[in-house]
Amino acid sequence: MSDVLAQALRYLNDPLVWTRDGGLLDLTREHLLMTLAAVGAAAALALPLGAWLGHRDGPGGRGSGIVVALSNTSRALPTLAIILLLATAGLFGDTATILAAGVFAAPVLLAGAYDGVRGADPAARDAARGLGLSPARVLWQVEAPLAAPLVAAGVRTAVVQVVATIPLAALAGGGGLGQVIAFGMGTQRYGQVLAGGVLVAGLCLLIDAVLAVAQRLATPRPLRARATRR
Amino acid sequence: MPGNPWFRWSWVLDNSDLLATRAWQHLLLTIEAVAIAAAIALPLAVLVVRRRRLAAALVGVAAVVYTVPSLALFAILAPLLGIGRTPVLLGLVLYALLVLLRQTLAGLTALDPAVVEAARGLGYGPAQVTMRVRLPAALPAVVSGLRLATVSTVALVTVGVVVGYGGLGQLMFEGFRNNFYRAEISAATLACLLLAFALDAALWAAGRALTPWARRSAA
Repeated sequence: MSDVLAQALRYLNDPLVWTRDGGLLDLTREHLLMTLAAVGAAAALALPLGAWLGHRDGPGGRGSGIVVALSNTSRALPTLAIILLLATAGLFGDTATILAAGVFAAPVLLAGAYDGVRGADPAARDAARGLGLSPARVLWQVEAPLAAPLVAAGVRTAVVQVVATIPLAALAGGGGLGQVIAFGMGTQRYGQVLAGGVLVAGLCLLIDAVLAVAQRLATPRPLRARATRR
Repeated sequence: MPGNPWFRWSWVLDNSDLLATRAWQHLLLTIEAVAIAAAIALPLAVLVVRRRRLAAALVGVAAVVYTVPSLALFAILAPLLGIGRTPVLLGLVLYALLVLLRQTLAGLTALDPAVVEAARGLGYGPAQVTMRVRLPAALPAVVSGLRLATVSTVALVTVGVVVGYGGLGQLMFEGFRNNFYRAEISAATLACLLLAFALDAALWAAGRALTPWARRSAA
């Protein structure tokens, strides 16, 4: 056991491991780019859709079963299976991973936008309508800012989930930091497995912390006390 | 080569034994993990619920640990505990524990203080208040926590294949290595989803049976 620990430390202490082509720095950059692509694609679809559904349902109205059903089903769906199935369809590596991670992130983003817009204070909504704002402007100028805390919380959760999911891609030939773990398992270098695990975990915690700050900044000041993590 | 269909019923029939074995492993691992987590989370939540600082700290730590990806957690545990079932089980227990702890604490703290006062007025001691008032009132939250933890655990078990023990995940990975045989992967995926829904439905039914008052007040 201390052997493995020593191996892991030796691995992480080797500057070449970090800086060479395809080294840890490259893998981290790739990891983050894949995250950006996955969350970006999912957000482009899910945020407007969620906001529209939330606007349509309104407060107190009957909720869309779709949103609840989607977010429940997505929990049960094993991401590993999606990645492997996409790989057998000829979609290998990074593209498949970005797709699978996007599928994983979309329900979280959708739920955040939906709950946020739907839960916007009805009085503010009515006041905006009374001022003669069009539905689109009600959504954009009143409901969207009020929804910001929940949307931001959804984005934060989605990003962290995607950063945590992308390592699985390495099992199907994808890139990112998961490669360190997959290679280590394949070659039975458990020190490297441990090092990879610690690196991925560290990256997730770091990004979560950064986004916690961003989430706070995205929340209008009067709403800050109410902002919670989902 | 018999082609590579997305799903093949005959594969399921021919390999029903294998499928059943893996599904059984998957089920046992899930139930074991959630049961251990519940055995830790419920008493812990009852113990800390009245110490607000401690409860907040616990939930905070839980949220941080929950951020750690499953693959990374297994990769950290496996070299230390050896390859196989143990690191997977421990990882699953940790994740389920966090969900259950958060939900149970939320359920326990949401209780109307007037109800506790009333129970004290009836002469209940602290232990009785906990057993006969607090816990029953938190039951719906506990059940929803159990459902959440169970469904996520079913999906998470598959990741365990990386450290040598993944239940149905093993079939997924075998199918992948075996010339990308899709029927095996999709059959295992469907079995996984079915398992999650069956367990979820069972817990829902159990929760409903245990909280008859919730139905009465809703009606």
